[in-house]
Amino acid sequence: MDYLSKYDLLGAFWVTVQLTVLSAVGSLVWGTLLAAMRVSPVPLMRGFGTAYVNLVRNIPLTVIITFSAVGLSSTLGVVLADKNEHGFFEVNNFRLAVLGFTLYTATFVCEAIRSGINTVPVGQAEAARALGLGFGQTLRIVVLPQALRSVVAPLANVLIALTKNTTVASVIGVAEASLLMAEMVEKQADLLPISALFALGFVVLTLPTGLVLGWIGRKVAVKR
Amino acid sequence: MRLSRVLRAGAVVTALALSVAACGGGKKADASDSLVDKASSAKKLTVGIKFDQPGLGLKKPDGSFEGFDVDVARYIAKELGVDAANVTFKEAQSKERENLIKNGDVDFIVATYSINDDRKKSVDFAGPYFIAGQDLLVKKGNTSITGKESLNGKNLCSVTGSTPAQNIKDKFSKEANLQQYGKYTDCISALLNGTVDAVSTDDVILAGYAAQYPGKLDLVGQPFTTEKYGVGLKKGDTKAQKAVNDAILKMENSGDWKKSLETNVGPSGYKIPDAPAITEK
Repeated sequence: MDYLSKYDLLGAFWVTVQLTVLSAVGSLVWGTLLAAMRVSPVPLMRGFGTAYVNLVRNIPLTVIITFSAVGLSSTLGVVLADKNEHGFFEVNNFRLAVLGFTLYTATFVCEAIRSGINTVPVGQAEAARALGLGFGQTLRIVVLPQALRSVVAPLANVLIALTKNTTVASVIGVAEASLLMAEMVEKQADLLPISALFALGFVVLTLPTGLVLGWIGRKVAVKR
Repeated sequence: MRLSRVLRAGAVVTALALSVAACGGGKKADASDSLVDKASSAKKLTVGIKFDQPGLGLKKPDGSFEGFDVDVARYIAKELGVDAANVTFKEAQSKERENLIKNGDVDFIVATYSINDDRKKSVDFAGPYFIAGQDLLVKKGNTSITGKESLNGKNLCSVTGSTPAQNIKDKFSKEANLQQYGKYTDCISALLNGTVDAVSTDDVILAGYAAQYPGKLDLVGQPFTTEKYGVGLKKGDTKAQKAVNDAILKMENSGDWKKSLETNVGPSGYKIPDAPAITEK
Protein backbone atom coordinates (compact mmCIF):
# COMPACT_ATOMS: atom_id res chain seq x y z
CA MET A 1 0.00 0.00 0.00
CA ASP A 2 3.01 2.29 -0.47
CA TYR A 3 1.16 4.09 -3.28
CA LEU A 4 -1.34 5.62 -0.85
CA SER A 5 0.54 8.90 -0.54
CA LYS A 6 0.07 9.50 -4.29
CA TYR A 7 -3.70 9.82 -3.90
CA ASP A 8 -5.78 12.47 -2.18
CA LEU A 9 -7.92 10.18 -0.05
CA LEU A 10 -9.08 12.85 2.36
CA GLY A 11 -10.02 15.17 -0.50
CA ALA A 12 -12.20 12.48 -2.06
CA PHE A 13 -13.94 11.70 1.22
CA TRP A 14 -14.43 15.42 1.77
CA VAL A 15 -16.44 15.54 -1.46
CA THR A 16 -18.47 12.59 -0.15
CA VAL A 17 -19.15 14.51 3.06
CA GLN A 18 -20.19 17.62 1.13
CA LEU A 19 -22.52 15.62 -1.10
CA THR A 20 -24.04 13.96 1.95
CA VAL A 21 -24.54 17.11 4.01
CA LEU A 22 -26.00 19.21 1.19
CA SER A 23 -28.31 16.42 0.04
CA ALA A 24 -29.33 15.70 3.62
CA VAL A 25 -30.35 19.32 4.20
CA GLY A 26 -32.16 19.46 0.87
CA SER A 27 -34.01 16.20 1.38
CA LEU A 28 -34.98 17.11 4.95
CA VAL A 29 -36.67 20.29 3.69
CA TRP A 30 -38.28 18.69 0.63
CA GLY A 31 -39.19 15.54 2.56
CA THR A 32 -40.94 17.54 5.28
CA LEU A 33 -42.90 19.44 2.64
CA LEU A 34 -43.87 16.16 1.00
CA ALA A 35 -45.00 14.75 4.35
CA ALA A 36 -47.09 17.87 4.93
CA MET A 37 -48.66 17.39 1.51
CA ARG A 38 -49.43 13.74 2.20
CA VAL A 39 -51.39 14.58 5.37
CA SER A 40 -52.95 17.77 4.06
CA PRO A 41 -56.73 18.16 3.61
CA VAL A 42 -56.29 19.23 -0.04
CA PRO A 43 -56.85 16.19 -2.31
CA LEU A 44 -54.63 17.58 -5.07
CA MET A 45 -51.65 17.96 -2.75
CA ARG A 46 -52.27 14.56 -1.19
CA GLY A 47 -52.42 13.03 -4.64
CA PHE A 48 -49.23 14.74 -5.74
CA GLY A 49 -47.37 13.72 -2.57
CA THR A 50 -48.47 10.10 -2.87
CA ALA A 51 -47.70 9.90 -6.58
CA TYR A 52 -44.29 11.56 -6.17
CA VAL A 53 -43.18 9.33 -3.31
CA ASN A 54 -44.32 6.12 -4.93
CA LEU A 55 -42.80 7.02 -8.26
CA VAL A 56 -39.44 8.40 -7.21
CA ARG A 57 -38.55 5.95 -4.46
CA ASN A 58 -39.08 3.04 -6.84
CA ILE A 59 -36.69 4.33 -9.50
CA PRO A 60 -33.15 2.98 -9.11
CA LEU A 61 -30.87 5.73 -7.87
CA THR A 62 -28.36 5.15 -10.66
CA VAL A 63 -31.10 5.88 -13.18
CA ILE A 64 -32.03 9.11 -11.39
CA ILE A 65 -28.43 10.30 -11.22
CA THR A 66 -27.62 9.31 -14.79
CA PHE A 67 -30.81 10.98 -15.98
CA SER A 68 -29.98 14.20 -14.13
CA ALA A 69 -26.74 14.45 -16.08
CA VAL A 70 -27.43 12.75 -19.42
CA GLY A 71 -31.12 13.63 -19.68
CA LEU A 72 -31.73 16.81 -17.76
CA SER A 73 -28.43 18.57 -18.33
CA SER A 74 -26.94 17.16 -21.49
CA THR A 75 -30.11 16.65 -23.54
CA LEU A 76 -32.60 19.14 -22.13
CA GLY A 77 -29.95 21.77 -21.52
CA VAL A 78 -30.61 22.47 -17.83
CA VAL A 79 -27.30 23.67 -16.40
CA LEU A 80 -26.54 24.59 -12.80
CA ALA A 81 -23.21 26.29 -13.39
CA ASP A 82 -21.52 28.73 -15.75
CA LYS A 83 -20.99 26.92 -19.03
CA ASN A 84 -18.01 28.98 -20.12
CA GLU A 85 -16.07 28.58 -16.94
CA HIS A 86 -13.20 26.14 -16.78
CA GLY A 87 -14.17 23.10 -14.75
CA PHE A 88 -17.84 23.54 -15.70
CA PHE A 89 -18.54 19.80 -15.64
CA GLU A 90 -17.21 19.34 -12.13
CA VAL A 91 -19.42 22.04 -10.64
CA ASN A 92 -22.43 21.19 -12.76
CA ASN A 93 -22.22 17.46 -12.04
CA PHE A 94 -21.79 18.02 -8.34
CA ARG A 95 -24.92 20.18 -8.20
CA LEU A 96 -26.88 17.79 -10.38
CA ALA A 97 -25.88 14.95 -8.06
CA VAL A 98 -27.05 16.92 -5.01
CA LEU A 99 -30.33 17.59 -6.83
CA GLY A 100 -30.75 13.92 -7.69
CA PHE A 101 -29.94 12.72 -4.17
CA THR A 102 -32.28 15.31 -2.68
CA LEU A 103 -35.22 14.32 -4.89
CA TYR A 104 -34.63 10.63 -4.16
CA THR A 105 -33.84 10.73 -0.44
CA ALA A 106 -36.73 13.12 0.27
CA THR A 107 -39.17 10.28 -0.41
CA PHE A 108 -37.67 8.24 2.44
CA VAL A 109 -37.54 11.28 4.72
CA CYS A 110 -41.19 11.95 3.89
CA GLU A 111 -42.27 8.44 4.82
CA ALA A 112 -40.24 8.52 8.06
CA ILE A 113 -41.82 11.81 9.07
CA ARG A 114 -45.28 10.62 8.11
CA SER A 115 -44.85 7.62 10.39
CA GLY A 116 -43.81 10.09 13.11
CA ILE A 117 -46.95 12.11 12.50
CA ASN A 118 -48.97 8.95 13.08
CA THR A 119 -47.45 8.60 16.56
CA VAL A 120 -48.97 11.93 17.63
CA PRO A 121 -52.40 11.20 19.14
CA VAL A 122 -55.26 12.43 16.96
CA GLY A 123 -56.71 14.23 19.98
CA GLN A 124 -53.86 16.74 19.83
CA ALA A 125 -54.63 17.80 16.29
CA GLU A 126 -58.33 17.92 17.12
CA ALA A 127 -57.63 20.06 20.18
CA ALA A 128 -55.48 22.39 18.08
CA ARG A 129 -58.24 22.74 15.50
CA ALA A 130 -60.76 23.34 18.29
CA LEU A 131 -58.58 26.19 19.50
CA GLY A 132 -58.91 27.74 16.06
CA LEU A 133 -55.50 26.89 14.58
CA GLY A 134 -55.49 26.28 10.84
CA PHE A 135 -53.99 23.20 9.17
CA GLY A 136 -50.59 24.82 8.67
CA GLN A 137 -50.44 26.08 12.22
CA THR A 138 -51.54 22.75 13.68
CA LEU A 139 -48.87 20.96 11.73
CA ARG A 140 -46.14 23.50 12.46
CA ILE A 141 -46.78 24.22 16.10
CA VAL A 142 -48.31 21.03 17.46
CA VAL A 143 -47.82 17.96 15.30
CA LEU A 144 -44.47 18.25 13.49
CA PRO A 145 -42.32 19.11 16.54
CA GLN A 146 -43.52 15.96 18.27
CA ALA A 147 -43.36 13.89 15.09
CA LEU A 148 -39.76 14.88 14.35
CA ARG A 149 -38.65 14.02 17.86
CA SER A 150 -39.90 10.49 17.47
CA VAL A 151 -38.27 9.84 14.10
CA VAL A 152 -34.64 10.77 14.77
CA ALA A 153 -33.54 7.14 14.68
CA PRO A 154 -35.29 6.31 11.36
CA LEU A 155 -33.92 9.56 9.89
CA ALA A 156 -30.43 8.49 11.00
CA ASN A 157 -30.96 5.32 8.96
CA VAL A 158 -31.89 7.42 5.95
CA LEU A 159 -28.80 9.59 6.46
CA ILE A 160 -26.51 6.56 6.66
CA ALA A 161 -28.07 5.14 3.51
CA LEU A 162 -27.60 8.53 1.83
CA THR A 163 -23.91 8.63 2.80
CA LYS A 164 -23.34 5.33 1.06
CA ASN A 165 -25.63 6.21 -1.85
CA THR A 166 -23.38 9.17 -2.71
CA THR A 167 -21.00 6.65 -4.29
CA VAL A 168 -23.46 6.52 -7.19
CA ALA A 169 -22.39 10.07 -8.11
CA SER A 170 -19.25 8.62 -9.68
CA VAL A 171 -21.32 7.48 -12.67
CA ILE A 172 -21.62 11.12 -13.70
CA GLY A 173 -18.03 11.88 -12.79
CA VAL A 174 -18.31 13.55 -9.39
CA ALA A 175 -14.88 13.09 -7.81
CA GLU A 176 -16.01 11.50 -4.55
CA ALA A 177 -14.57 8.52 -2.71
CA SER A 178 -15.77 5.75 -5.03
CA LEU A 179 -14.40 7.52 -8.10
CA LEU A 180 -10.98 7.70 -6.47
CA MET A 181 -11.37 4.05 -5.60
CA ALA A 182 -12.05 3.24 -9.26
CA GLU A 183 -8.96 5.21 -10.26
CA MET A 184 -6.77 3.49 -7.69
CA VAL A 185 -8.00 0.01 -8.63
CA GLU A 186 -7.42 0.77 -12.30
CA LYS A 187 -3.87 2.00 -11.72
CA GLN A 188 -2.67 -0.27 -8.93
CA ALA A 189 -4.51 -3.51 -9.76
CA ASP A 190 -4.94 -4.19 -6.06
CA LEU A 191 -8.70 -4.57 -5.60
CA LEU A 192 -9.07 -6.16 -2.15
CA PRO A 193 -6.91 -3.88 0.03
CA ILE A 194 -8.19 -0.77 -1.76
CA SER A 195 -11.84 -1.79 -1.37
CA ALA A 196 -11.24 -2.60 2.28
CA LEU A 197 -9.68 0.82 2.81
CA PHE A 198 -12.68 2.60 1.28
CA ALA A 199 -15.13 0.42 3.17
CA LEU A 200 -13.30 1.44 6.33
CA GLY A 201 -13.56 5.09 5.30
CA PHE A 202 -17.33 4.80 5.01
CA VAL A 203 -17.58 3.06 8.36
CA VAL A 204 -15.61 5.93 9.87
CA LEU A 205 -18.18 8.33 8.41
CA THR A 206 -21.37 6.44 9.22
CA LEU A 207 -20.65 4.80 12.57
CA PRO A 208 -20.43 8.09 14.52
CA THR A 209 -23.49 9.37 12.62
CA GLY A 210 -25.52 6.42 13.85
CA LEU A 211 -24.21 6.60 17.42
CA VAL A 212 -24.66 10.35 17.84
CA LEU A 213 -28.11 10.45 16.25
CA GLY A 214 -29.17 7.40 18.23
CA TRP A 215 -28.19 9.18 21.43
CA ILE A 216 -29.96 12.38 20.36
CA GLY A 217 -33.01 10.33 19.43
CA ARG A 218 -33.21 8.86 22.91
CA LYS A 219 -32.71 12.29 24.50
CA VAL A 220 -35.46 14.06 22.62
CA ALA A 221 -37.98 11.21 22.31
CA VAL A 222 -41.46 12.10 23.50
CA LYS A 223 -42.21 9.90 26.52
CA ARG A 224 -45.78 8.71 26.35
CA MET B 1 0.22 14.27 10.19
CA ARG B 2 -2.50 13.92 7.64
CA LEU B 3 -0.47 11.40 5.71
CA SER B 4 0.63 9.36 8.70
CA ARG B 5 -2.94 8.93 9.78
CA VAL B 6 -3.85 7.64 6.36
CA LEU B 7 -0.87 5.33 6.38
CA ARG B 8 -1.79 3.97 9.77
CA ALA B 9 -5.32 3.23 8.57
CA GLY B 10 -3.75 1.67 5.53
CA ALA B 11 -1.58 -0.59 7.67
CA VAL B 12 -4.61 -1.89 9.54
CA VAL B 13 -6.42 -2.58 6.30
CA THR B 14 -3.42 -4.29 4.77
CA ALA B 15 -3.13 -6.54 7.80
CA LEU B 16 -6.83 -7.33 7.44
CA ALA B 17 -6.51 -8.02 3.74
CA LEU B 18 -3.48 -10.23 4.31
CA SER B 19 -5.30 -12.30 6.87
CA VAL B 20 -8.23 -12.65 4.45
CA ALA B 21 -5.85 -13.70 1.71
CA ALA B 22 -4.24 -16.23 4.06
CA CYS B 23 -7.65 -17.74 4.82
CA GLY B 24 -8.38 -17.96 1.11
CA GLY B 25 -5.38 -20.23 0.76
CA GLY B 26 -3.06 -18.89 -1.92
CA LYS B 27 -2.75 -21.90 -4.20
CA LYS B 28 0.29 -21.38 -6.33
CA ALA B 29 0.20 -22.27 -9.97
CA ASP B 30 2.64 -25.11 -10.50
CA ALA B 31 3.48 -26.97 -13.67
CA SER B 32 0.69 -29.50 -13.19
CA ASP B 33 -2.19 -27.01 -13.35
CA SER B 34 -0.97 -25.02 -16.31
CA LEU B 35 -3.60 -23.69 -18.66
CA VAL B 36 -2.14 -25.85 -21.42
CA ASP B 37 -2.68 -29.10 -19.49
CA LYS B 38 -6.13 -28.05 -18.37
CA ALA B 39 -7.17 -27.30 -21.94
CA SER B 40 -5.94 -30.62 -23.29
CA SER B 41 -7.46 -32.70 -20.49
CA ALA B 42 -10.78 -30.92 -19.82
CA LYS B 43 -11.35 -29.81 -23.42
CA LYS B 44 -13.11 -26.67 -22.28
CA LEU B 45 -12.07 -23.20 -21.18
CA THR B 46 -13.55 -20.14 -19.55
CA VAL B 47 -12.38 -16.85 -20.98
CA GLY B 48 -12.86 -13.36 -19.60
CA ILE B 49 -13.90 -10.73 -22.17
CA LYS B 50 -15.68 -7.41 -22.20
CA PHE B 51 -19.42 -7.71 -22.81
CA ASP B 52 -20.05 -4.10 -23.69
CA GLN B 53 -17.48 -2.98 -26.23
CA PRO B 54 -18.66 -3.03 -29.81
CA GLY B 55 -16.01 -4.29 -32.20
CA LEU B 56 -13.93 -5.85 -29.42
CA GLY B 57 -16.03 -7.83 -27.00
CA LEU B 58 -19.78 -7.55 -27.27
CA LYS B 59 -22.58 -9.76 -26.02
CA LYS B 60 -25.38 -9.50 -28.52
CA PRO B 61 -29.05 -9.58 -27.52
CA ASP B 62 -29.35 -13.19 -28.73
CA GLY B 63 -26.57 -14.23 -26.32
CA SER B 64 -23.83 -14.73 -28.91
CA PHE B 65 -20.52 -12.89 -28.83
CA GLU B 66 -18.62 -10.93 -31.42
CA GLY B 67 -15.56 -8.75 -31.67
CA PHE B 68 -11.83 -8.83 -32.16
CA ASP B 69 -11.08 -9.91 -28.58
CA VAL B 70 -13.62 -12.71 -28.98
CA ASP B 71 -11.91 -13.88 -32.18
CA VAL B 72 -8.49 -13.79 -30.51
CA ALA B 73 -9.83 -15.74 -27.52
CA ARG B 74 -11.39 -18.37 -29.77
CA TYR B 75 -8.22 -18.66 -31.83
CA ILE B 76 -6.07 -19.18 -28.73
CA ALA B 77 -8.54 -21.75 -27.43
CA LYS B 78 -8.45 -23.57 -30.76
CA GLU B 79 -4.66 -23.66 -30.69
CA LEU B 80 -4.84 -25.11 -27.18
CA GLY B 81 -7.13 -27.84 -28.50
CA VAL B 82 -10.52 -26.53 -27.41
CA ASP B 83 -13.41 -26.09 -29.86
CA ALA B 84 -15.18 -22.75 -30.10
CA ALA B 85 -18.34 -24.46 -28.80
CA ASN B 86 -16.57 -25.40 -25.55
CA VAL B 87 -15.37 -21.91 -24.79
CA THR B 88 -17.45 -20.20 -22.12
CA PHE B 89 -17.25 -16.43 -22.02
CA LYS B 90 -17.44 -14.60 -18.74
CA GLU B 91 -17.69 -10.87 -18.30
CA ALA B 92 -14.40 -9.35 -17.14
CA GLN B 93 -14.99 -5.77 -16.08
CA SER B 94 -11.82 -3.73 -15.89
CA LYS B 95 -11.51 -3.60 -12.11
CA GLU B 96 -12.19 -7.30 -11.63
CA ARG B 97 -9.71 -8.66 -14.12
CA GLU B 98 -6.85 -9.46 -11.73
CA ASN B 99 -9.11 -11.16 -9.23
CA LEU B 100 -10.86 -13.25 -11.87
CA ILE B 101 -7.50 -14.68 -12.88
CA LYS B 102 -6.14 -15.04 -9.34
CA ASN B 103 -9.24 -16.88 -8.13
CA GLY B 104 -9.32 -19.11 -11.17
CA ASP B 105 -12.78 -17.91 -12.26
CA VAL B 106 -11.44 -17.57 -15.78
CA ASP B 107 -8.58 -19.39 -17.48
CA PHE B 108 -7.36 -16.36 -19.34
CA ILE B 109 -8.50 -12.85 -20.19
CA VAL B 110 -8.72 -11.08 -23.54
CA ALA B 111 -10.41 -7.81 -22.60
CA THR B 112 -8.56 -4.73 -23.88
CA TYR B 113 -6.14 -5.51 -21.06
CA SER B 114 -3.18 -3.13 -21.21
CA ILE B 115 0.13 -4.55 -20.09
CA ASN B 116 1.68 -2.51 -17.28
CA ASP B 117 4.09 -3.06 -14.41
CA ASP B 118 1.57 -2.73 -11.58
CA ARG B 119 -0.65 -5.34 -13.17
CA LYS B 120 2.31 -7.62 -13.77
CA LYS B 121 2.69 -7.87 -10.00
CA SER B 122 -0.52 -9.89 -9.83
CA VAL B 123 -0.89 -11.51 -13.25
CA ASP B 124 1.26 -12.57 -16.20
CA PHE B 125 0.68 -11.41 -19.74
CA ALA B 126 1.17 -13.00 -23.13
CA GLY B 127 1.41 -10.92 -26.26
CA PRO B 128 0.77 -8.10 -26.92
CA TYR B 129 -1.70 -9.10 -29.60
CA PHE B 130 -2.58 -5.51 -30.43
CA ILE B 131 -1.18 -2.04 -29.84
CA ALA B 132 -3.74 0.67 -29.34
CA GLY B 133 -3.30 4.30 -28.38
CA GLN B 134 -5.49 6.87 -26.73
CA ASP B 135 -7.23 8.92 -29.37
CA LEU B 136 -10.20 11.23 -29.85
CA LEU B 137 -13.57 10.59 -31.43
CA VAL B 138 -15.43 13.63 -32.75
CA LYS B 139 -18.63 14.34 -34.64
CA LYS B 140 -18.33 14.06 -38.39
CA GLY B 141 -17.27 17.36 -39.88
CA ASN B 142 -15.61 18.67 -36.73
CA THR B 143 -12.32 20.05 -37.98
CA SER B 144 -11.42 22.06 -34.90
CA ILE B 145 -9.97 19.05 -33.10
CA THR B 146 -6.99 17.59 -34.89
CA GLY B 147 -5.14 15.98 -32.03
CA LYS B 148 -4.01 16.52 -28.48
CA GLU B 149 -2.66 20.01 -29.36
CA SER B 150 -6.10 21.37 -30.18
CA LEU B 151 -7.93 20.62 -26.95
CA ASN B 152 -7.91 24.16 -25.59
CA GLY B 153 -11.31 24.94 -24.11
CA LYS B 154 -12.80 21.69 -25.40
CA ASN B 155 -15.07 19.35 -23.50
CA LEU B 156 -13.93 15.75 -23.36
CA CYS B 157 -15.68 12.65 -22.14
CA SER B 158 -14.35 9.36 -20.87
CA VAL B 159 -15.29 6.61 -18.47
CA THR B 160 -15.13 7.19 -14.71
CA GLY B 161 -11.78 6.26 -13.23
CA SER B 162 -10.44 4.68 -16.43
CA THR B 163 -6.84 5.09 -17.54
CA PRO B 164 -7.77 7.42 -20.44
CA ALA B 165 -9.74 9.64 -18.06
CA GLN B 166 -6.77 9.77 -15.69
CA ASN B 167 -4.44 10.59 -18.59
CA ILE B 168 -6.63 13.56 -19.50
CA LYS B 169 -6.70 14.72 -15.90
CA ASP B 170 -2.92 14.44 -15.63
CA LYS B 171 -1.95 15.92 -18.99
CA PHE B 172 -4.70 18.18 -20.30
CA SER B 173 -6.60 19.35 -17.23
CA LYS B 174 -5.45 22.93 -17.82
CA GLU B 175 -6.83 23.15 -21.34
CA ALA B 176 -9.82 20.84 -21.44
CA ASN B 177 -12.87 20.07 -19.34
CA LEU B 178 -13.40 16.44 -18.52
CA GLN B 179 -16.81 14.84 -18.17
CA GLN B 180 -16.70 11.34 -16.74
CA TYR B 181 -19.60 8.96 -17.21
CA GLY B 182 -20.06 5.39 -16.04
CA LYS B 183 -20.32 4.00 -19.57
CA TYR B 184 -18.91 4.86 -22.99
CA THR B 185 -22.42 4.80 -24.46
CA ASP B 186 -23.29 7.79 -22.22
CA CYS B 187 -20.23 9.59 -23.58
CA ILE B 188 -21.25 8.77 -27.16
CA SER B 189 -24.76 10.16 -26.61
CA ALA B 190 -23.26 13.32 -25.08
CA LEU B 191 -21.03 13.59 -28.15
CA LEU B 192 -23.95 13.11 -30.52
CA ASN B 193 -26.04 15.81 -28.83
CA GLY B 194 -23.12 18.20 -28.65
CA THR B 195 -22.54 18.43 -24.89
CA VAL B 196 -18.99 17.25 -25.33
CA ASP B 197 -16.67 17.88 -28.26
CA ALA B 198 -14.79 14.60 -28.16
CA VAL B 199 -14.77 11.19 -26.52
CA SER B 200 -11.37 9.88 -25.59
CA THR B 201 -10.12 6.36 -25.03
CA ASP B 202 -8.10 3.76 -26.96
CA ASP B 203 -8.46 4.25 -30.71
CA VAL B 204 -9.62 0.71 -31.42
CA ILE B 205 -12.41 1.01 -28.84
CA LEU B 206 -13.49 4.31 -30.39
CA ALA B 207 -13.40 2.67 -33.80
CA GLY B 208 -15.84 0.06 -32.53
CA TYR B 209 -18.30 2.80 -31.57
CA ALA B 210 -17.71 4.75 -34.76
CA ALA B 211 -18.60 1.58 -36.69
CA GLN B 212 -21.91 1.48 -34.81
CA TYR B 213 -22.89 4.94 -36.05
CA PRO B 214 -21.65 4.91 -39.63
CA GLY B 215 -21.20 8.36 -41.13
CA LYS B 216 -21.82 10.23 -37.87
CA LEU B 217 -18.53 10.03 -36.02
CA ASP B 218 -14.91 10.52 -36.99
CA LEU B 219 -11.77 9.13 -35.42
CA VAL B 220 -9.11 11.85 -35.22
CA GLY B 221 -6.33 9.31 -35.79
CA GLN B 222 -3.53 10.93 -33.77
CA PRO B 223 -2.98 8.54 -30.84
CA PHE B 224 -0.97 10.04 -27.98
CA THR B 225 -0.34 7.02 -25.76
CA THR B 226 0.67 3.41 -26.32
CA GLU B 227 -1.51 0.68 -24.88
CA LYS B 228 -0.26 -2.84 -25.43
CA TYR B 229 -3.16 -5.27 -25.17
CA GLY B 230 -2.03 -8.53 -23.66
CA VAL B 231 -3.67 -11.82 -22.76
CA GLY B 232 -3.97 -12.03 -18.98
CA LEU B 233 -2.74 -15.30 -17.49
CA LYS B 234 -2.24 -16.77 -14.04
CA LYS B 235 1.01 -15.59 -12.48
CA GLY B 236 3.84 -18.04 -13.00
CA ASP B 237 2.24 -20.08 -15.78
CA THR B 238 5.13 -19.76 -18.25
CA LYS B 239 4.01 -22.80 -20.19
CA ALA B 240 0.72 -21.09 -21.00
CA GLN B 241 2.47 -17.84 -21.80
CA LYS B 242 4.56 -19.58 -24.45
CA ALA B 243 1.60 -21.48 -25.91
CA VAL B 244 -0.54 -18.33 -26.08
CA ASN B 245 2.28 -16.36 -27.69
CA ASP B 246 2.62 -19.09 -30.33
CA ALA B 247 -1.12 -18.94 -30.95
CA ILE B 248 -1.04 -15.15 -31.34
CA LEU B 249 1.87 -15.37 -33.78
CA LYS B 250 0.07 -18.01 -35.78
CA MET B 251 -3.08 -15.92 -35.92
CA GLU B 252 -1.10 -12.90 -37.12
CA ASN B 253 0.78 -14.82 -39.78
CA SER B 254 -2.26 -16.69 -41.09
CA GLY B 255 -4.07 -13.46 -41.93
CA ASP B 256 -6.95 -14.24 -39.55
CA TRP B 257 -5.73 -11.47 -37.29
CA LYS B 258 -6.11 -8.82 -39.96
CA LYS B 259 -9.35 -10.27 -41.27
CA SER B 260 -10.94 -10.15 -37.83
CA LEU B 261 -9.94 -6.51 -37.36
CA GLU B 262 -11.29 -5.60 -40.77
CA THR B 263 -14.72 -7.07 -40.08
CA ASN B 264 -14.99 -5.79 -36.51
CA VAL B 265 -13.58 -2.26 -36.58
CA GLY B 266 -12.82 -1.72 -40.26
CA PRO B 267 -16.18 -0.08 -41.16
CA SER B 268 -15.23 2.97 -39.06
CA GLY B 269 -12.42 3.85 -41.47
CA TYR B 270 -9.88 2.98 -38.79
CA LYS B 271 -6.50 2.25 -40.34
CA ILE B 272 -5.48 -1.21 -39.19
CA PRO B 273 -1.91 -1.16 -37.86
CA ASP B 274 0.72 -3.83 -38.31
CA ALA B 275 0.70 -6.74 -35.92
CA PRO B 276 2.92 -6.03 -32.90
CA ALA B 277 5.95 -8.06 -31.89
CA ILE B 278 5.61 -10.34 -28.88
CA THR B 279 7.33 -8.77 -25.88
CA GLU B 280 6.05 -10.79 -22.91
CA LYS B 281 8.20 -13.91 -22.78
